[in-house]
Amino acid sequence: MTDKRPDPDLLLTRVQAQEREVSRGKLKVFFGFSPGVGKTYAMLEAARGRQKEGASVLLGVVETHGRKDTANLLEGLEVLPAQSFDYKGAALKEFDLDGAIKRHPDLLLVDELAHTNAEGSRHLKRWQDVQELLDNGINVYTTLNVQHLESVNDIVAQITGVIVRETIPDKVVAEADDVELVDLPPDDLLKRLEEGKVYLPDAAQRAIKNFFRKGNLIALREIALRMTADRVNEQVQDYRRNMDITQTWPTADRILVCVSSNPASANLIRAAHRMAKSLRAGWIAVYVETHPERQSEQSKAIVMRHLKLAEQLGAETAMLSGLNFTEEIMTYSRERNVTKIFVGKPGASWWSRWFNPSPVDVLLRRSGEIDIYVTKGETQEGPPAVKPRPVKNEIEWAAYGYALLTVAVSTGAAWAIFPLVDLSNIIMLYLFGILVISSKQGLGPSTLASILSVVALDFFFVQPRFSFAVSDTQYLFVFLVMLLVGLAISSSTVRIRQQAQVSRLRERRTAALYALSRELASTRGTADLLEIAVKHISEVFDSSVIAFLPDEYGRLQVQCGNVADFKLTAKEMGVAHWAYDLGQMVGKGTDTLPGTDALYVPLLASGEPVGALGVKPHSPEKLWILEQMHLLEAFAHQTALAVSGDKLAEKQQHIQMQMETEKLRSSLLSSVSHDLRTPLAAITGSISSLLETGMTLDAATRHDLLENIHDESGRLERLVNNLLEMTKLESGGVQPQKELQYPAEIIGSAVARVDKKLTGRPVNIQIPNDLPMVPMDSLLIEQVLVNLLENAVKYTPEKSAIDISAWIEKDNLVVQVADRGLGVPEEDLNRLFEKFYRGPQKMNKSGAGLGLSICKGFVEIHGGSIWAENRPEGGALFKFTLPLESPLEPGEKNA
Amino acid sequence: MPDHFTVLMIEDEAPIRRFLRPALESQNFKVIEAVTAEEGLSLASSHQPDVILLDLGLPDMDGLEVIKRLREWTAIPIIVLTAREKEKDKILGLDAGADDYLTKPFDIGELMARLRVALRHLQKVKLGDKEPLFETKDFKVDLSSRVVTIRGQEVHLTPHEYDLLALLVRHAGKVVTQKQILKEIWGPAAGDQTQYLRLYVHQLRQKLEPNSNRPKYIITEPGIGYRLKYE
Repeated sequence: MTDKRPDPDLLLTRVQAQEREVSRGKLKVFFGFSPGVGKTYAMLEAARGRQKEGASVLLGVVETHGRKDTANLLEGLEVLPAQSFDYKGAALKEFDLDGAIKRHPDLLLVDELAHTNAEGSRHLKRWQDVQELLDNGINVYTTLNVQHLESVNDIVAQITGVIVRETIPDKVVAEADDVELVDLPPDDLLKRLEEGKVYLPDAAQRAIKNFFRKGNLIALREIALRMTADRVNEQVQDYRRNMDITQTWPTADRILVCVSSNPASANLIRAAHRMAKSLRAGWIAVYVETHPERQSEQSKAIVMRHLKLAEQLGAETAMLSGLNFTEEIMTYSRERNVTKIFVGKPGASWWSRWFNPSPVDVLLRRSGEIDIYVTKGETQEGPPAVKPRPVKNEIEWAAYGYALLTVAVSTGAAWAIFPLVDLSNIIMLYLFGILVISSKQGLGPSTLASILSVVALDFFFVQPRFSFAVSDTQYLFVFLVMLLVGLAISSSTVRIRQQAQVSRLRERRTAALYALSRELASTRGTADLLEIAVKHISEVFDSSVIAFLPDEYGRLQVQCGNVADFKLTAKEMGVAHWAYDLGQMVGKGTDTLPGTDALYVPLLASGEPVGALGVKPHSPEKLWILEQMHLLEAFAHQTALAVSGDKLAEKQQHIQMQMETEKLRSSLLSSVSHDLRTPLAAITGSISSLLETGMTLDAATRHDLLENIHDESGRLERLVNNLLEMTKLESGGVQPQKELQYPAEIIGSAVARVDKKLTGRPVNIQIPNDLPMVPMDSLLIEQVLVNLLENAVKYTPEKSAIDISAWIEKDNLVVQVADRGLGVPEEDLNRLFEKFYRGPQKMNKSGAGLGLSICKGFVEIHGGSIWAENRPEGGALFKFTLPLESPLEPGEKNA
Repeated sequence: MPDHFTVLMIEDEAPIRRFLRPALESQNFKVIEAVTAEEGLSLASSHQPDVILLDLGLPDMDGLEVIKRLREWTAIPIIVLTAREKEKDKILGLDAGADDYLTKPFDIGELMARLRVALRHLQKVKLGDKEPLFETKDFKVDLSSRVVTIRGQEVHLTPHEYDLLALLVRHAGKVVTQKQILKEIWGPAAGDQTQYLRLYVHQLRQKLEPNSNRPKYIITEPGIGYRLKYE
């Protein structure tokens, strides 16, 4: 398939992204290298300028820190009152996010982008508040100091010795529409500091004194200037790229950084990020899970934090599982065309590395064309390294018992056959025992079995027997070899088993996901789909799960799930809504609103939310692991795709139906208005002439007019009846009351009903005498026959005969009405039974064209079919069938 | 037909009353009109009409209820007027004691024919006339001797066939509902076994009608019952 037609879904998402871009607010960051350079001042000045231009400006948060010239600028600007709320008994004041969204100013000022919100607020960080404001289409001005940027956080710490805890992801600034550098030479800043013009919080006095050294300031200023310059550079490059200037296209590098639970990984990630940025290369942070069972929850949490950091810095993240670190990394790197790998320097001593070569060494040896960057692993800062606890669980005494037992059994067996075989075969027997133990138990029991086997061999079978003494020193060599072989068997068998375990785990996840998608694929209807998703997710993640869907007003409503397990307060519903609105996981276990009762997962299909899930794990520590969260996301995604697919199909059907209805309505209107008016006009005309000139007309003319009125009234009646029948049929209001009937009787009474219209035409009825009774609704089938007969009368020459016959054919009654008219044009045979179809125009017959479609409707609700043919000898032939046995319940439609 | 029979017309639609009155008066009927069911019931007892034309769709009372109340004290023939799609109402009305029905819109000719049949039956009841002979161009039924002949030739009928034919003859010209026939011939337990009825009608037609595929005498009233055509 080389067809490159644009995928409509893709186009749609792109358009939606553009729309979001258009409606999204603009962010301007006033960027400085230190407090006191005048960011807030610059921001306020700019805001005043905008206000003068006519924009509505609202002060969300502005810290003047008592500076008079800054405070002066506040005059005439509207201030949004802070929201005060109660948190654990303490009254806290915080920026009123909802108030700001409600007020919806053209421009909102929010100072101190890196601020951490008071506990109990919706978001942990203020930058998240700002994101929400932008999402709501509000333009925001904000201020930021360089040291708060995630990517330079470590450098700043190195230079100043001050660790800044409040950091924000670089992408927030990178995505800002405008960054204005607010600069001040360090000397001037220091002067302002001396004059007391720079606000210093009391608590941090000493740390800050260290901070405001001239050397520090120069270094920070350099970083800030460089970052701004980088940004300008990027803009130039973007421009060139957009303008198709491709000479300076960046290298096609891709960087992979190996993440571990070692705290040094964070620096490694930042270093990789810096390089990726300078090379304009894509980068991937990868964690290889080698022994999931050995990892402590704590170290898993650290890995998760690191991957999150990488994600925030713009990396793609991946989790691989496999026993061999190097192998997994190299395979993945080749798959993804990675050109550079970042890995931490191992800290072990040379001798331990010699015995147990570190992954880095192996990586270096096997890397081939890929560059490997090994950076130092520094562990002085941050929390102490968490060493993976080797096998957390209790020593498995039972396993060692099995080892002992196996050796005992081997010894027993050897004892029994010893007189018959020589020592080498006894050794084989012991090795077999070791193999058995290592294939079932861990490395410890296997090692024990190896040693015990050697000891038992020596004691029981080597001369002198029943003593540990050895007569021939040659045996020492035999023992050594046997021990080594035993150990080798143990370790390789154990490893193979572990590998199998890892792949089993992976397979289980894939299988779980597959099971879900398979069941979803075979299901229709949103409610059923969600029911299935809830069932699978509760099982796989051992959680209580509920599903939400938006109602017609876009408000989430619980659709299904273990509702009783959830405390669905207004606040919880708000959080669920949040997940739905923003398309992010929120609630317990995430950074956003972690204080809630459950985790809320949006159901996103091509970026569009279709609903949300609430997940409340029975054992939370098992779910708050990155891999599980990823898997949960995958489940949610599957569900969302199924739901949105289903919705789409439903919508399409609805649209189709509407179109049909619309088409029907317009043709009905045109046809009906004509057909109703014609007889009405004739009646009105005849009557008015009788009323006005009746006395002067002769008797014959009067009679003629009266007859005209009579005929036209009859026509009107037929039309109204047809319309009523059709409406009833279409609304499903016609239910056949089937009873066993003689076809002859029904045919006879139909002919009697049209007798007057036949005006002496011969009607030949041919029905075998032994024709049995057939289940049908006599009223409806009589109407079918009447319509067919009237049709024949209408479209055939006067006095021409009509032949009716009926017979049984293959479990069906077939009734045929044949005329001797002109027949039906071949191309119209199938259209005859459509609504409002009328015979060839030249025949110029009246009628709404409903008669035959009513026939079709009536026959079909009986489970039969109706069609038209042309007779070879000329004339049209209408046939319909009625099933003899009626497999359908009354009223059920035969599709 | 004797002169000056009185017709009570209970009909709420003025246009229908407007054309019915002159049509009936031109045929020498005396016409009294009632617009509501209450008025109709009181006029029926005060004027003792010979026949009642009753619209089933009255605003103040269910037509069925009117029939039941009338039948509590009188055997005056009642002809009900209904809209086309209310098949069920027609059957219920006939089973409740109405003598015949007409579907709107109807021809005056049809109405007159119904009225004549109703009045003839009334006459028979009044005079106690059994009128044992029913004769058509093709066959003759003698109720007193239980003999049916076609052009002088006696036709053998089974007891049920004969009972059915006799019932139709006694109500000649009037519609008889399936339920009425079943009840009369097979007893109240026959219930809904209408296919037996159709079987006997079928057989009767084959024996009596010149062309059983296009019956001239035993006419099916679709969904309601049968009528023996009376000339």
